[in-house]
Amino acid sequence: MSIVVTNLTKVYEQQKAIDNISFTAHQGEILGFLGPNGAGKSTTMKILSCFIPQTSGTAEVAGFDVVKNPMEVRRQLGYLPEHNPLYLEMYVKESLGFIADLHKLQNKKQRIEEIIALTGLEQEQHKKLNALSKGFRQRVGIAQSLIHDPQVLILDEPTSGLDPAQLVGIRALIRELGKTKTIIFSTHIMQEAEQLCDRAVIINQGHLVCDETLPDLMKKYPQHTLEEIFLKLIQPIQK
Amino acid sequence: MLAIFSKELSGFFSSLVAYIAIGLFLMMTGLFLWVFPDSSILENGYASLDSLFAIVPFLFMFLIPAITMRSFAEERKDGTFELLVTRPVSDGQIIAGKFFACFALVLFSLLLTLIYYFTTSELSTPSGNIDSGAIIGSYIGLLLLGGAFVAIGIFASSLSNNQIISFAISVFLCFFAFSGFDSLSQLISLQFVDTLVSAIGINEHYQSIGRGVLDSRDLFYFLSFTSLFLMLTKTVLGTRKW
Repeated sequence: MSIVVTNLTKVYEQQKAIDNISFTAHQGEILGFLGPNGAGKSTTMKILSCFIPQTSGTAEVAGFDVVKNPMEVRRQLGYLPEHNPLYLEMYVKESLGFIADLHKLQNKKQRIEEIIALTGLEQEQHKKLNALSKGFRQRVGIAQSLIHDPQVLILDEPTSGLDPAQLVGIRALIRELGKTKTIIFSTHIMQEAEQLCDRAVIINQGHLVCDETLPDLMKKYPQHTLEEIFLKLIQPIQK
Repeated sequence: MLAIFSKELSGFFSSLVAYIAIGLFLMMTGLFLWVFPDSSILENGYASLDSLFAIVPFLFMFLIPAITMRSFAEERKDGTFELLVTRPVSDGQIIAGKFFACFALVLFSLLLTLIYYFTTSELSTPSGNIDSGAIIGSYIGLLLLGGAFVAIGIFASSLSNNQIISFAISVFLCFFAFSGFDSLSQLISLQFVDTLVSAIGINEHYQSIGRGVLDSRDLFYFLSFTSLFLMLTKTVLGTRKW
């Protein structure tokens, strides 16, 4: 089991961002992490990536606890933060090289070339990041999260801001990676989740409202699309 | 740490920061040393760099905060701090990388002022008649002072995600740490502990090293002062309150 979240709670000042949620993601599984804005998706991902500490509960990535063994978690994990922060004054290869150095990769040059080919950045590889369009920046962000060939990937809205052609490309990439790795990704596009995920975890206002494999979910609510199921599940609390 | 160090340093040189900071520093020291009559070596008539060592702490007080202000403030504002800390590097390594990159810039700008030493030495009669011991001491003092100011600046930068606020805080802290305690020690009500109060300030120790006497107490003072501010930075970063 690659990601194990147990009774995770995060309290900001007065507000409970996430309240006692538990789920697991297995290797070779793509987990769609869904929920309306402000549900606590990014908070959960930030805890899993050792960026902020949780208030209570435990989280494990690739067998390592995020509080007790953060360095090992960071080595095993590829993380694309929300809004895709980048060092815009760097060149594409420079930024990938920097991340590779942080991971102390041995075959840096070769790895950068591989990752540029994998994410389709060949045309743009000699440009500065601030000269790239949003879609290409997104690709650089994904490339940065993949450079050290991590076992576990956490992608916070990886497809936001991409054009339809790029969407197809990135989805295909995620699906391909999902065969061997554990992936958690969040999205607001339900059709995308339906296409990609093996399992859907839906949270709403910090509470877990659904944790099921996609086939099971479809069996439970026959004749519904994931979008309709999603709206149904988050309705009770919103009213 | 090395990756962060070289990223920061190349950031200084690929933007205008390094050139402006070093250029302004050299221009100011040049003006004070050779042009402005109050402090000019030519007017003064003595082959000494005392006016250089008197003016540099005050230049550093503004230039070092300008160099350090972006180190954490910008990362926090752009969100790239998240990118950095979710990689296998510790907070300590990040701080050390940034500290040494800024310090390298300070070191570089000081190295360039060595030319003043050689010109003054050549101008003196007989040529080379200059108090090298005191000058070496003063340079060591300036390096230690630069390190302390960089640590203050890095700390101030971690406090806010606004570079202007970081700059203002670190200018104030540098000024206060350098000469504030000296002035405070002259307060009547503090006179019974005046030596103690002025010993907290940087100036006292800077002057002492500048006399060419390398006292382990002064060295210890600077190293602990610098580490104190770096530790404070680590504490601030550890809270992750943003």
